[in-house]
Amino acid sequence: MKRMLKIYMEKPELAALLLLLLLIILFQIRSGGVFLSFDNLRGFFGILPEMALVAIGVTVLMICGEFDLSVGAVFALMPMTMAVLMATGISFPMALIAGLLVCVAIGLLNGYLTIRFAIPSFITTLGMMFVARSLTVVISGGFPPLLPADLPTWLFTSFVGPGQLLRMSFLWFLAIAVLVSLLLSRTNFGNWIRATGGFLPAADALGIPTARVKIACFILCSVLSGFAGLIQVLRLGSPLPSIGEGMELQAVAAAVIGGTALNGGVGAVFGGIIGVILIRVIDNGLILSQVDANWFKFAIGSLTIFAVVANSWLRKRAKSIKVEV
Amino acid sequence: MNGPIVSVRNLHKWYSGVHALKGVSVDFARNEAVGLIGDNGAGKSTLINILSGVQKQDEGSIFVEGKEAAISSPRDSMRLGIETIYQYNSMVPTMSIARNLFIGREPLKYSFFGLGVLDIRKMREESVQAIADVDLHLRSPDALVGELSGGQRQGVAIARAMHFKSKVMILDEPTNHLSVKETNKVIGFVRSLKGQNVTGIFISHNMHHVFDSCDRVVAMARGQIVLDKRISETSIDEVQSVL
Repeated sequence: MKRMLKIYMEKPELAALLLLLLLIILFQIRSGGVFLSFDNLRGFFGILPEMALVAIGVTVLMICGEFDLSVGAVFALMPMTMAVLMATGISFPMALIAGLLVCVAIGLLNGYLTIRFAIPSFITTLGMMFVARSLTVVISGGFPPLLPADLPTWLFTSFVGPGQLLRMSFLWFLAIAVLVSLLLSRTNFGNWIRATGGFLPAADALGIPTARVKIACFILCSVLSGFAGLIQVLRLGSPLPSIGEGMELQAVAAAVIGGTALNGGVGAVFGGIIGVILIRVIDNGLILSQVDANWFKFAIGSLTIFAVVANSWLRKRAKSIKVEV
Repeated sequence: MNGPIVSVRNLHKWYSGVHALKGVSVDFARNEAVGLIGDNGAGKSTLINILSGVQKQDEGSIFVEGKEAAISSPRDSMRLGIETIYQYNSMVPTMSIARNLFIGREPLKYSFFGLGVLDIRKMREESVQAIADVDLHLRSPDALVGELSGGQRQGVAIARAMHFKSKVMILDEPTNHLSVKETNKVIGFVRSLKGQNVTGIFISHNMHHVFDSCDRVVAMARGQIVLDKRISETSIDEVQSVL
C-alpha cells in the first residue's frame, strides 16, 4: 500500500490529473451542465489537437533539457509557406513536403546553433521566434493568399466518428501522441533523450551521441508545431500571419503543469497533454461559467505556479515515505 | 597471453600552454588492482580521461592486449573493455536502475540502423542479476538511482561494468563524499575485482584506501610518474615523500 502510494506520488502528472477532474466537476456544476454537453465537447475536441501537438514536441524537448520559444512562430510560418507555394500553382502534397522541410530546417538550425556555440536554447529560439514570425509576414506580403478550394481538408479537419463528435485532427493527435509516447518510453532513443536531459555528463561518458539526440528533439518539436499550424489554418480556412502568438509560453506552461521539469530529465508526453487539456478546460469553463474572460491568463499563471509547487511537494513527500529500495 | 592488458607509452597532453602529461609510460597487468595516487593537477585525471575516451592524447600510444588502440570516444574505450566509473557518478539520477544499467547499450527486440524497441523484460531481469552479482541488495530494478545512497550508486556502476564483462575498470575517486561504512563497501568491491579477473585502476587521494585494496601503487606528480612499486615493497611514508 505504502509502496503504491509512493509510486503514484512520484508520477509527476498525477497532481495535474487530479486537478483536471476537480475542475471538470466544478465547471460542469457552474455551467449548469453545459460543459460536458455534446455540442461543447465537439467544439472542445476540435480545437484541442492544435495546441496539444505543439505541447507534445515542447515536452519531449524539455525532457531532453532544452527549450523552444519559436514554436508559435513556426506554427504560423509552416502553413503560410504552403499557402504561398500553392498560390503559385504548386500541388498540396508538394507544398506540404516543402512546409515540413522548412520546419526541419528551423529545428536543425535551432539545435545546431545551441550546441555548436554552447548558448542557452532560450536565446537561440527566442531569436528564431522573431525571425520566423517576420518571415511569415514578409512572404505573405501583408496580404495572406487565398487557399485553393480543393484542399484535402477531409484528411485533417472534417468531422468523423459517432455523431460527428471528433475531427480528423483529433485522430492525428491521438496517433502522434501514442507514437511519441512509445518513442520516449519504449525505445533506446527515448532512453537516450532521458539520459541526455537527466544528467548530460553521464550520458556523454556512456557514449550517447547527445548532440544528435538534442538536434533530433529540436526537429521533432518544430515539425509538430508546423503540422499543428497547418491543421489550424485548414480549420479556419485562411492562413493568418498572426496565429500561434503566445503559444510558445502556453506550451511551456502545459508541459510544466503536466510535471515536466524545467531542467530536463523528468516528464511524460501524457503529462504535457494533461497540461494542455487543463488550459483548454479553464479557458472553456470560465466562458461557460460567465466569468470575465480576462481572468483566463490569471488562472493559467496561478495554475502554472501551483502545479510546480504541488509537484515538488509531492515528490518530497514521496521521498520521505520509507520504502526499502 | 601474459603481457599487460593495457600499456601506455610516452603519453603527452597540453592544455593551451600547460603541459599536463609529460611522456607518461605505464603498464597495467591482467587481474591486478593498481592504485593511482597524486595531488590535484598531477595528471591523474588527464591520464584516465585519455584511457576512457573523453579526451585524446597529443602524442604517444595506447596498447590494449598488445595491439595499438585508437581511442577517440567513450564508445571506443568501452568496446575495448575499459569501463570508467566517475567521481561525480556515471548515473542519471532521474532514471531507474534498470534503465541506467543499459544506457547506450540497450537490449533491443527489433532495430533499424541502431534505433529500436527496448527489451524491457530483459533489462529488468539482467539488472536484478547484475546487482546481485556484486552483492548489492536492492529490492527493485525500477527504483530511481536518485534515491540510492552514494555507495549504492557506486555499487550499481560497478555492477554495470561487471555485466558488460569489462576487462579493465577505472574507478575515479569512488569513495569521495561517502560515509565510512559505504567507503568500506566500495573498497570491498575493488578487492573483489581480482577474483573476477578484472584489472582495477583505483584513483584516490586517500593512501589508506589504496594500501588497503591494491597490489601496486603508481604515484604521479607534475605530469609524470614518480613512483611505481608493489604495495608490499613500499610504505605510505615513501609514497608521501615523492609527491
